[in-house]
Amino acid sequence: MKKTSFLSKQADSLQPSGIRRFFDLAAQMEDVISLGVGEPDFVTPWSFIEHSFHALEQGYTSYTENAGMLDLREEISNYLLGSFGVNYDAEKEIIVTVGASQAIDLALRATVNPGEEVLVVEPGFVAYVPTVSLAGGTPVTIQTRPEDDFKLTPELLEAAITPRTKAIILCNPNNPTGAALTGNELVKVAEVVEKHDLLVLSDEIYAELTYEDVHTSFPAIKNMKERTVLISGFSKAFAMTGWRLGYATGPEEIIQTMVKIHQFTMMCAPTIAQHAALEAMKNGKSSVDYMIKSYEQRRNFIVSSLNEMGLSCPNPGGAFYAFPSIRETGLSSADFAEELLQEEQVAVVPGNVFGESGEGFVRCSYATSLKQLDEAMRRIKRFVDRRI
Amino acid sequence: MQEQEVELLQLIEKNANLEPSKIAKLMAVSEEEVRELLRSLEEKKAILGYSTLIDWAKVVQKEEVTAMVDVKVQPARGSGFDKVAERIYRFPEVKAVYLMSGAYDLSVSVEGKTMMEIGRFISEKLSALDSVLSTTTHFVLKRYKHDGIILDDEDDNDKRMVVTP
Ligand SMILES: Cc1ncc(COP(=O)(O)O)c(C=O)c1O
Repeated sequence: MKKTSFLSKQADSLQPSGIRRFFDLAAQMEDVISLGVGEPDFVTPWSFIEHSFHALEQGYTSYTENAGMLDLREEISNYLLGSFGVNYDAEKEIIVTVGASQAIDLALRATVNPGEEVLVVEPGFVAYVPTVSLAGGTPVTIQTRPEDDFKLTPELLEAAITPRTKAIILCNPNNPTGAALTGNELVKVAEVVEKHDLLVLSDEIYAELTYEDVHTSFPAIKNMKERTVLISGFSKAFAMTGWRLGYATGPEEIIQTMVKIHQFTMMCAPTIAQHAALEAMKNGKSSVDYMIKSYEQRRNFIVSSLNEMGLSCPNPGGAFYAFPSIRETGLSSADFAEELLQEEQVAVVPGNVFGESGEGFVRCSYATSLKQLDEAMRRIKRFVDRRI
Repeated sequence: MQEQEVELLQLIEKNANLEPSKIAKLMAVSEEEVRELLRSLEEKKAILGYSTLIDWAKVVQKEEVTAMVDVKVQPARGSGFDKVAERIYRFPEVKAVYLMSGAYDLSVSVEGKTMMEIGRFISEKLSALDSVLSTTTHFVLKRYKHDGIILDDEDDNDKRMVVTP
């Protein structure tokens, strides 16, 4: 008989995501309108799908180069230059990954030593803290504040830095708050970063989905390119979550080290997805622009609806999330989400699963059809009217 | 201003039933501004009407027959194809008329209750016009997509999980 647990201490000590628990709850119910989904409601544009059929017919079913097809890296290079004014060498400074998720994991494993601290801005994407731990680093969270619209300030950053701080993960625009730092705000953050010689993992997977200011890519800021790994992918703006395709760009030394790990642990990103992405890069603009415009309209709709019913919600600058305060109801985030689900069959995600400063807020994804969004707002209003 | 007009038109092009109050929220403008925009667009005939796309077969046993008729015509001196086209598009049976490049001149879409009825219209009215030289009639057997809308799109339900990061 087996006497001990076979699990590694580290894996065993990872906290399961709070999202998971809520998913189990919501999945059992019927007729749920979900504003809990962190992915587009649009199906991948047909031309990308059709292009992947063509590639399959042509017999592109084998591995690609470890770093991804060179054609695709060249297209990504052109795209980043054209869209955000950042210039990366397709041969040496770009790696195609299995989603931005793998890019984050690789970047951390390539750079973090045991005992080094990595700053994680919260409320933030749920994967950062565990991936830092798995890479052997020590995650240190920075709690952004509602009075700053959940934007990272130079003061908050400065206060979190210790002699052991190695890197910071920045997500701009942010999941779950939709906060998007402007170019000027990023420059102020960059000054602190440079002063303390930090590495930056800049997760810009929502870069295309900005509605107020044009997105400033972190490596485009003076002196930042040499210390930034830019992480992005096809999941959000290109509506390709299930294809599992992302990429990272950065200094050759770091990217090539990521390629080395990738070569042993993944071989390459899915070939068929790379072909679809090639079409997305070359001819995707009009489909993507259409989706962005739809998100912007729905954002306007959901933000004004939430404010009208008494849930205060600042206008998020990017991504597809509204992050209203639910404090007026007197409920905790978890109770609000759970009772709303039970009473009105609308799923939202409690803000505290994204970090402690998310308590008192819920995440509502507006990557949802207008019809569903309209009905969800009616139901939430009914729920809130019973509480306020 | 023009940008707003375009945005408004794109919204109601897909759904003429969208209330001004909702349009106002989507565009982040006031309801009064939406009504004003609609008024001015109607006035300058950018908005010509608000029609509804109906799948009649779902409600009544009414068989609609549609034919696409390729028409070769003799253009008239001075007015080209326009006068002939007008003679044709004035018939209520005619739902659409386009001037085409290629093998024939006018593409005419005709609707009727039966093939017989359409046949009668073509032989007695359309072909009988002096300037019409010949017609070739194609009956529509099945509509898959109409005006950008896929009919009987059974598989358009949400395939996402209810909660994801
Ligand atoms: C901020 C952020 N980064 C990364 C990801 C992961 O995306 P991918 O599908 O490319 O792995 C997500 C997905 O929810 C996200 O919100």
